[in-house]
Amino acid sequence: MTSTTESTHGTNQKIQHVDRVVIRFAGDSGDGMQVTGDQFTNESAIFGNDLSTLPNFPAEIRAPAGTMAGVSAFQVHISDHDILTPGDAPNILVAMNPAALRANVGDLPVGGTIVLNSDAFDERALGKAGYTADPLTDGSLSSFKVYEVPMTTLTIEACKPTGARPRDAERSKNFFALGLVSWLYQRPTDVTEQWIGVRYGTNQIVVDANRLAFRAGYNFGETAELFDSVYEIAPAEHEPGTYTNITGNTALAWGLIAAAQLGGVSIFLGSYPITPASDILHELSKHKNFGVRTLQAEDEIAGIGAALGAAFGGALGITTTSGPGIDLKAETVGLAVSLELPLLIVDIQRGGPSTGLPTKTEQSDLLHAMFGRHGEAPVPIVAAKTPAHCFEAAIEAVRIALKYRTPVYLLSDGYLANGSEPWRLPAIEDLPDISTTFAPAPIATGPGDGEGGTNGTVPAPIFQPYERDPVTLARPWALPGTPGLEHRIGGLEKEDVTGDVSYDPINHEKMVHLRADKIAGIARDIPLVELDDEGGDARVLLLGWGSTYGAIAAAVRRIRAVGKSVAQAHLVHLNPFPSNLGEVLGSYERVIVPEGNLGQLTKLVRADFLVDARLLSRVQGTPFRVAEIERVVLDALAELEGLAGLDDHAKEESR
Amino acid sequence: MTDVAVPITTRKDWSSDQDVRWCPGCGDYSILAAMQSLLPEMGVRRENTVFVSGIGCAARFPYYMNTYGMHSIHGRAPAIATGLAVTRPDLDVWVVSGDGDALSIGGNHLIHALRRNVNITILLFNNQIYGLTKGQYSPTSEVGKVTKSTPFGSLDTPFNPVSLALGAEASFVARTHDMDRKHMQEMFRRAHDHRGAALVEVYQNCNVFNDGAFDEVTGKATREEMLIPLEHGQPIRFGADGHRGVRMNEQGHLSLVEVADLGEQALLVHDEARPDPDLAFALSRLARGPHEPTPMGVFRAVERPDYGSQVDSQLLDAQARKGPGDLEALLRSGTTWTVD
Ligand SMILES: Cc1ncc(C[n+]2csc(CCOP(=O)(O)OP(=O)(O)O)c2C)c(N)n1
Ligand code: SF4
Ligand SMILES: [Mg+2]
Repeated sequence: MTSTTESTHGTNQKIQHVDRVVIRFAGDSGDGMQVTGDQFTNESAIFGNDLSTLPNFPAEIRAPAGTMAGVSAFQVHISDHDILTPGDAPNILVAMNPAALRANVGDLPVGGTIVLNSDAFDERALGKAGYTADPLTDGSLSSFKVYEVPMTTLTIEACKPTGARPRDAERSKNFFALGLVSWLYQRPTDVTEQWIGVRYGTNQIVVDANRLAFRAGYNFGETAELFDSVYEIAPAEHEPGTYTNITGNTALAWGLIAAAQLGGVSIFLGSYPITPASDILHELSKHKNFGVRTLQAEDEIAGIGAALGAAFGGALGITTTSGPGIDLKAETVGLAVSLELPLLIVDIQRGGPSTGLPTKTEQSDLLHAMFGRHGEAPVPIVAAKTPAHCFEAAIEAVRIALKYRTPVYLLSDGYLANGSEPWRLPAIEDLPDISTTFAPAPIATGPGDGEGGTNGTVPAPIFQPYERDPVTLARPWALPGTPGLEHRIGGLEKEDVTGDVSYDPINHEKMVHLRADKIAGIARDIPLVELDDEGGDARVLLLGWGSTYGAIAAAVRRIRAVGKSVAQAHLVHLNPFPSNLGEVLGSYERVIVPEGNLGQLTKLVRADFLVDARLLSRVQGTPFRVAEIERVVLDALAELEGLAGLDDHAKEESR
Repeated sequence: MTDVAVPITTRKDWSSDQDVRWCPGCGDYSILAAMQSLLPEMGVRRENTVFVSGIGCAARFPYYMNTYGMHSIHGRAPAIATGLAVTRPDLDVWVVSGDGDALSIGGNHLIHALRRNVNITILLFNNQIYGLTKGQYSPTSEVGKVTKSTPFGSLDTPFNPVSLALGAEASFVARTHDMDRKHMQEMFRRAHDHRGAALVEVYQNCNVFNDGAFDEVTGKATREEMLIPLEHGQPIRFGADGHRGVRMNEQGHLSLVEVADLGEQALLVHDEARPDPDLAFALSRLARGPHEPTPMGVFRAVERPDYGSQVDSQLLDAQARKGPGDLEALLRSGTTWTVD
């Protein structure tokens, strides 16, 4: 993957052309590593690389400085071709202090590069990080290429002209690191210089200090002759179009705004802050000019309650949350099932149970979304598969909610929420029409006002709030304010058609079936599951849902690259399943389901289709690694082929 | 639509076709009747009127009104009504709740709706008991209440709903009772006309599980000496010929006095519009329970911007500054680059 060319750069540095690299920036929570990673990402996006990012930060805002608990990291994978994941392991680790080194060095493969801030490696800092010996001298890093750079000193020196005190100047050292890595990978610098001006615009000293530190880092690389080569990663071939780099949460928020416009409704968001969902509340709150109303509610129950109240009034009611909030909302979701009103519940999944791992990703709320209510209370589920796909998934979830008058779960997770990738902007006119209609005011035939039947007036028919559309089984959305449609809805069982309270046993059974049939019928209105079986001869199928898409697709590529066959199917709709899923699953000898839980989709497909689906589980708070999926598939293939053990390629690739 | 005169309606027009299923003799009937006969007089439209309730006997109320209505889940009506009122400022949104619904499971939503000053009218039917679940004590039951769940007497200090609402920054707080239709109607009308969140506590008799809880204050025989009518701008007097009154001493403490002893000028003049809620709060503490002379009427009615209007003005302001939302521009609002 690396080709060294003879060309030289600057004085005597070689230029190595590589097709991809994974860089991890790591430092203390207060060191600005997320900003650094974001900015490096921006530079790379504008340069034209394909990329994928994985921020990883602690749950504590400021854990004790210098400790392992306080380490914050940002991994970015950039390449000259289309990539699908943020990378299994970094090729280069930038460590701003001993704790960052200690927390991350284990992920670095043998031969990997470490660039560290040697100023931060004093005895105290080593102690705080839990080092008993200095890793810079004890030989423990001997299998890596280590560059020791006194970043703090160089930053303070560079910032002298601003007059900033050393203590303040030191805070710009992340920009020094960014400058250095930007040089190492030959990134354009104007992007960051401009961005610093915009971001820190109100404080000129900070703008100057950050710019000087950034340039100093860049120049240090060029002049220090510490590094024997720089790297070039050519721009990737992208489809023509306009691109932006987008995180899942932003894409999701924009998808909601788009969906509201496409649906002809206005957004009401009721939400209570929670990681990693809060950014959707923040983003939507910015866009009031789109008619978006946001309420930071007193709790998650109020958030969904207010959204449901708004839905009764004809708004697109939305609530956004994560695990603990989902638990609280369950009763109101059930009410929405009974009321048959459109409502969107967005769950940005994180590690559980309980408070769990607030900042880490997991896919463990699928069964909660599916079954987490009392009674028979079916709810459609849509899951986003990549950060940019959150846009499309949001529109699809809203489409189903509006058309079928039902609460819908939209699942994303911490990885998609904060991870980013380049997104080719869709043309607005290509977005689907999901417009909905409200029940019209009834009209009396003959003279009169429809209020009574006197004087030969034929009164308007009495409104039946639970009369269903024969195709979708959806009931009318009748808005308060419409004369003649006055009606009462509630959580008590309703009589079919009239919607009156009914305790009749036969009616109850009928209503339970009607609600179930309505949701099941959505299967006719969603795409078939896409099957990628290149040669049509695969024996093993990888079935995924949600954020595992990238890792699974990358594993499929690797397996095919060594001449073996494997098929991939990825679910966006989890309830109901696409109508061809059973058939697809039945055509493979082995179905493997990689998922970030203990087998939630696995259980569903086993129960629904009686297939011997096998789980590949990972619940470590981080996304799947491509290699682990690849290994399991190769093992399965070997087993099916009656071969013992792994072939050489698999051994090598599993690193 | 606005030009068309509001149709003339009668109580019948506001009554739904559903059989009312409260226990015979329940105080809820008279509250329902008061509402059904008041609304035709108020010049409001059925289609613009929405009743939202939680769960409980009281919460069945919306089913009996021929308006829009939602019988939701236990305690959440103020939250649901908030979403409706904020998105639909054209509607009259009423919340009907019980003492358990509003103050126990839904206490959090109640106080937040009040402090936000959402434009809703909240009726709290206080019967000092859980009616629907057959007679457990409630957060307004007196200490020592013997019920099925407290065979040795309840231990917890009750809430005073009026004090609680005042503490929650409510801009309108009133109390009425199910034995006086005219007074209920006056309070409901005042609460409805108030812009922002209004709370009306209604003493409601549950004749099955807590019969007579308010008899001393609301019963015709004893009312005169036990019910203190609050009238804005008037000295607070009650009893036969107004022989008793409320006095405030230098420390701001309220006490009941004989008017003959001190003269009317010594009495506290009720001022529901006082900006600070201190006096209203003191009045709410006058009786420790409905077995002492108890004030009825409007405790507090002050002007404060309502939540929904402020939300809307932020929307209009954003539109004026940025123009109406442009999706194309939104998608391009970050750093973009073009591949040819
Ligand atoms: C979540 C939930 N918990 C408990 C109940 C059972 N429940 C129904 S009504 C009620 C108490 C009602 O008391 P109150 O609000 O005072 O109304 P009342 O019946 O006295 O009018 C309870 C506990 C429920 N419906 N939902
Ligand atoms: S239980 Fe009490 S509150 Fe409920 S309907 Fe019967 S009398 Fe009324
Ligand atoms: Mg009660």
